[in-house]
Amino acid sequence: MIPAHDRTVGEMLRRNGVSRRAFIKFCTASASAMALPAWMGAAMAEQLRHAPRPSVVYLSFQECTGCFESFTRSFAPTIENLMFDVISLDYDDTLMAAAGSAAEAALATAMKAHYGKYVLIVDGSIPTGAGGAYCTAGGRSADMTLRAAAEGAAVILAVGTCAAFGGIPFANPNPTGAWPVSAIVAGKPIINVSGCPPIPEVITGTLLQYVTTGTLPDLDENLRPKAFFGNTIHDRCYRRPFYDEGKFAKSFDDEGARNGWCLYELGCKGPTTYNACATVKWNSGTSFPIESGHGCLGCSEPNFWDQGSFYAAQSSADWNTAGETSPREVLELTGGTATVGAVLGIGAAGVGRLRQRHSALDAALRNAPGKDQD
Amino acid sequence: MGLLGLARGPALKVSVGIFCAGVVWRIAAFAGLAVRREFSRPRTSVTRYVADGLAAIGSRSWPHPQFVKRTGAGEALGYSYHLGLFIIILLYGPHIALLGSLFGFTWPGLPSSLITGIAAVTLTLFLGVLYRRVTSPVIRMLSNFDDYFTWFITASVLVTGLTASAHLGARYETLLAIHILSVDALLVWFPFGKLMHAFYIFPSRAINSAILSRKGAPS
Repeated sequence: MIPAHDRTVGEMLRRNGVSRRAFIKFCTASASAMALPAWMGAAMAEQLRHAPRPSVVYLSFQECTGCFESFTRSFAPTIENLMFDVISLDYDDTLMAAAGSAAEAALATAMKAHYGKYVLIVDGSIPTGAGGAYCTAGGRSADMTLRAAAEGAAVILAVGTCAAFGGIPFANPNPTGAWPVSAIVAGKPIINVSGCPPIPEVITGTLLQYVTTGTLPDLDENLRPKAFFGNTIHDRCYRRPFYDEGKFAKSFDDEGARNGWCLYELGCKGPTTYNACATVKWNSGTSFPIESGHGCLGCSEPNFWDQGSFYAAQSSADWNTAGETSPREVLELTGGTATVGAVLGIGAAGVGRLRQRHSALDAALRNAPGKDQD
Repeated sequence: MGLLGLARGPALKVSVGIFCAGVVWRIAAFAGLAVRREFSRPRTSVTRYVADGLAAIGSRSWPHPQFVKRTGAGEALGYSYHLGLFIIILLYGPHIALLGSLFGFTWPGLPSSLITGIAAVTLTLFLGVLYRRVTSPVIRMLSNFDDYFTWFITASVLVTGLTASAHLGARYETLLAIHILSVDALLVWFPFGKLMHAFYIFPSRAINSAILSRKGAPS
């Protein structure tokens, strides 16, 4: 009997009673989610049928499990599809039944058995403060575990903004000394699948693309797959026509908000946020945050937590710690600087008057009677 | 802090501070100078020559019919791009959001696509103004570094604004940051260059006309 690890995807599908037709539909849906050409669906199906299921190790560090919650809600492909048919999820401390030394042994076995070939998924940032004491498991810090696991990984998927860019733990003042995966690991291909949480189909789609093609997807300058992070939310937003028409909601309950007008003035970060929310959407393609009436928070961008107020327009002034500006602050600044200007101006005018007086005196002396006789 | 944070945060704050201090300094220094005493008998009443001064703000805003043919086109060009700039600054949604964050109130704007069109026309007019300055022997002789730099800094605000609104050439946040930084630079330059005409043009026109009216030559 062939061990489950060594079975190809095709064999696993046959064992699970998945028809060829259903399998091709699954591959086409996945290719579609990744914005790949239609023929890629059939090519993926062919490739997957003969491919061994790659080993996947999922490590969770300084995180809230929101990313994993998101991962389990993927609909194309579903987590069940991925786990049972396409990948071999050999270690994941959130899902696995084993605990303690048995779980640690499973991790060590997976890393040893598939050294150099396994896919490492990292969820959460890596705290390095206090010698890494803020996040430990099995007596090892997150930093140590990551370095050890990264050494034998073929590719690393940093899932979620915490793993990709540090996220909320990395935000000022970063009390735990948190870092993203890319700051800890060097010399390994890293794909950032950012978002707080990331879109489930973006996680599974990226994983599936790597598994089927064996190559890294095209990445942007933040190491994110361009297929999902190539456009801004604003560019694909269904409210974009209202932006172009200059129709903006001024508050969350005004007529503009009720009419679905653009949320730019309410702080929507759509114009500077690269993600697939407006196209892939959430909850099986049901909707995305802007459809529920709230602006984009920009959660898939680096340092999104420190980019000013969520409720201040992107073009607005950002003068205080809340990332906003109040008219009172403006009044204090302009009043103070205008006073300085007035003092300088009056001083300059005084000097000017003295010069005027001197030049007038000089002229008077030049024109004084008897001057010509000297 | 990223480039956008710098542009709309500390850089904007410092530039607004320099703008306010500089403008008040220039106006106070100018207003505080001694006015040359007039020894001649006033040819008209105080009320009349003050009224004549104020009236000249409007009446001297367009050339005398005798000179319309010679200078009318140039003046029309000037008014047109000023009008374009005012529309862009005051009626574009993201600008209203910026001004609203500073003043605490907002107002309705114009469609963004219309503003983009107006900005493109305004930029074309701007190029026309530069062409006129360079090709006219008289205006070229009267021009100095201040004129060209003021043109450059204002045009750069227009160009960066257009590229930001059209998302051309780079990521939106980078383009927006560059645009806001160009505005910051304009605010810093404003009190020290010819942009100060925004504050001087009408008072100086009114004062000169009032003095002439007092001497018996109402304009």
